[in-house]
Amino acid sequence: MSAATLSPARQRTGIRLAVRPATVIAGAFVALVLLAAVAPGLLASGTPTQIDLTNALATPSWSHPFGTDEAGRDLLTRVIYGTRLSLGIGLGATGIAMSLAIVLGFVAGLAGGFVDTVITRVLEVFFAFPALLAALLVIAIFGPSVTTSIVAVGLGSMPGYARMVRGQVLNVRQAGYIESAHALGHGRWTVLRRHLFPNAMRPLVAVATLGVGQSIVWASSLAFLGLGVPPPSPEWGALLDAGRLYITTSWWLEVLPGLVIVLFALAVTSLGRTLQHRLEGAAR
Amino acid sequence: MTVVASKQASTRQVAPGQALLSVQNLRVAFGETEVVKGISFTARPGSCLAIVGESGSGKSVTARTLVGLTGGDARVAADRLDLDGTDLLALGERAWRRTRGKEIGFVLQDALVSLDQLRRVGAEVGEPLELHDWGDRRSRPERVVELLTSVGVPEPEMRARQRPYELSGGLRQRALIASAIALDPRLVIADEPTTALDVTVQAQVLDLLAASKERGTSIILISHDLSVVARLADEVAVMRDGEIVEHGVSRQVLCDPQHEYTRALLDAVPSEHTRGVRLVRGTSPSTPRERRPIDRGRPLLEGRHLTKVYRGPDGVDRTVVDDVSFELYAGETLGIVGESGSGKTTTARIALAMLEAEGGEVLLRGEPWSTLTQRERRPLRNRVGVVYQDPLSSFDPRWSVGRIVADALSRGPNPPSSAEERRTRVLGLLQKVGLGEHQVDVGPLRLSGGQRQRVAIARALAPEPELIVCDEPVSALDVSVQAQVLDLLTDLQDDLGVSYLFISHDLGVIHHMSDRVLVMKDGKVVERGTADDIFTRPQDPYTQRLLTALPRLEQAS
Repeated sequence: MSAATLSPARQRTGIRLAVRPATVIAGAFVALVLLAAVAPGLLASGTPTQIDLTNALATPSWSHPFGTDEAGRDLLTRVIYGTRLSLGIGLGATGIAMSLAIVLGFVAGLAGGFVDTVITRVLEVFFAFPALLAALLVIAIFGPSVTTSIVAVGLGSMPGYARMVRGQVLNVRQAGYIESAHALGHGRWTVLRRHLFPNAMRPLVAVATLGVGQSIVWASSLAFLGLGVPPPSPEWGALLDAGRLYITTSWWLEVLPGLVIVLFALAVTSLGRTLQHRLEGAAR
Repeated sequence: MTVVASKQASTRQVAPGQALLSVQNLRVAFGETEVVKGISFTARPGSCLAIVGESGSGKSVTARTLVGLTGGDARVAADRLDLDGTDLLALGERAWRRTRGKEIGFVLQDALVSLDQLRRVGAEVGEPLELHDWGDRRSRPERVVELLTSVGVPEPEMRARQRPYELSGGLRQRALIASAIALDPRLVIADEPTTALDVTVQAQVLDLLAASKERGTSIILISHDLSVVARLADEVAVMRDGEIVEHGVSRQVLCDPQHEYTRALLDAVPSEHTRGVRLVRGTSPSTPRERRPIDRGRPLLEGRHLTKVYRGPDGVDRTVVDDVSFELYAGETLGIVGESGSGKTTTARIALAMLEAEGGEVLLRGEPWSTLTQRERRPLRNRVGVVYQDPLSSFDPRWSVGRIVADALSRGPNPPSSAEERRTRVLGLLQKVGLGEHQVDVGPLRLSGGQRQRVAIARALAPEPELIVCDEPVSALDVSVQAQVLDLLTDLQDDLGVSYLFISHDLGVIHHMSDRVLVMKDGKVVERGTADDIFTRPQDPYTQRLLTALPRLEQAS
């Protein structure tokens, strides 16, 4: 991609970033979460499995900002160490959803006719189920684990993406530059690879970013129901699941990890929206 | 009609010759930018003042100011802005609403956008009547039918019950005019009322406005088209960059212009007088050259009995291209002219082999072209280039100008072998179409309309074609930019001997560019011949009708 093509929009976003503190805060928070995922040791001094029964269920304090759980493990440390897994589930699920959606969307959009009808109908059936219900079905079959969480959330969110991809393909197919490329004698694959694919995918980059936050929330919901990653893993959803027993006495076990999940989803959504505006602005 | 006339007698207070609207030193600014820089004019009853200019001249802002629709962030100032004693500057929003429609009628360019798609035509036309409490529930529909009749809408009762999208462009524009004159305003402001209309429909709309003028209405006509202006205007004001550079009686301005800009504008209008003459005043090709002779041996591109049928949503087949044959020789320009829906663009797409014909075939240098498979045709595609009406949509929005042209180069018979050679050749092509090195890395979005079309021409030239199909290549451009692009196409033909299949709805452009011309109507070729034969001795009644409808500069009164 030529830098010059996008530069006016980039300048505009630059200004907007400067005046919109929400975006800056969101960016900082996402950066912090990414750091926690890559190098949790930099942010937490202890280890997530360090048990201290004398200090079980301690309320948040300076030494334990998020308090401790029933085994006296520092909750903040556990949240930090759980980041990698939670983020992995979010990215993995979005990855699966997007990959399937791209294949189905492109096949439907390009083939048209009977193939399109079949794919569209199947997607509509998927739509008829709430995404969480579809995810529950997958878990019911394969049992709860990290992998099933990823697959379940991925499959659950796939139909929405697939429909968007198909719409984009149908839209971009009509574009003048596709006809121009054919008129120059480029082959179908070249046109698909160079023009159709990148232009159809452009708005979806932002949508996928939004999807990561959404996926983490869904995976956490599953875990809270005891259908995701099982405790004692420090995965965010698993923390919620583990704290469920003490919900009436030790509020921090639910509220603080929950807050992290909500804030992360918010931050990613905010960044995704900014990205969306920028890409749409650049695409006239 | 009689009702209209009798009502007029009572409302006309200003004697002919006296000013109905006086504008002195009008200034309009958006933020820091002043777009109208102190212009003055007057509008008189029974007279038409035309404000002419290119895009960005401030003519449309002027029109909107006169109806109080400049928008909230505009600053309007004037020494005088006065409609028959009423100071328009002092009007509040409520007072404007009473004035608009009743005292001042406003006709906008695009009737499809200006009319509410979900309301019946009758309701839209009758809206000003209702707003200004004209008559009652029963008399208003009668008045609407009367109005539609007066603007020449056939079957007005039926049309009033239809919705705007069910009407043709010409009928919609007439309905819009009917709405503007519903309350018989003394001043009608028409902003590009005939742009986007076919020439015969344009003639009807102009006649309609002329009839209104005869009845004593004062008309301010905003247009970029000098020929349209010549047909209707009594006075012409030429605007440029927010200023009026020349103002006078239309015959004088159009036939004996004093200002350099007016002269350049008039020269730029292509017509039967401009063949072989450069449209941009005072320029000449970089190297003096003779026009290359046309090779009348075997045709370069030949269409034989082409037929294309589309099935409409109602299941009825419509023949959009009906037994069309043509031949185009090397070095020649074949013009195809026709109104919208005549099948000219479909013919071009069949010639390009972008669309398959149901009947007939296209030959390239006597060899099969349209009957080849995609795979067989692909290596030959470089021989036929294409330039579209809207260049921007034909560029991948992610690509820079340099990449667009380089991509086309790679399809030529000898693609560049190194990055360095590629850059040199891209620059060479851009130079040939009048662009510079600083445009190479820019996205087309940042170029002007004329520059974009130059990029499109550079791209078409890059793979060394023998023929370029130009589909309405200048229809979206201002007249002076159009002149530059037409001059460029002519130079390139003289220089490279490339042939053009030139599609346009504009008779002047076709006459200027073409050696031979096909006139199309309803998918059929109704007349063919040399440009001079067609335009000076048309045989077919339809061609004759087109030429009669064509507004000309010489009509200035």
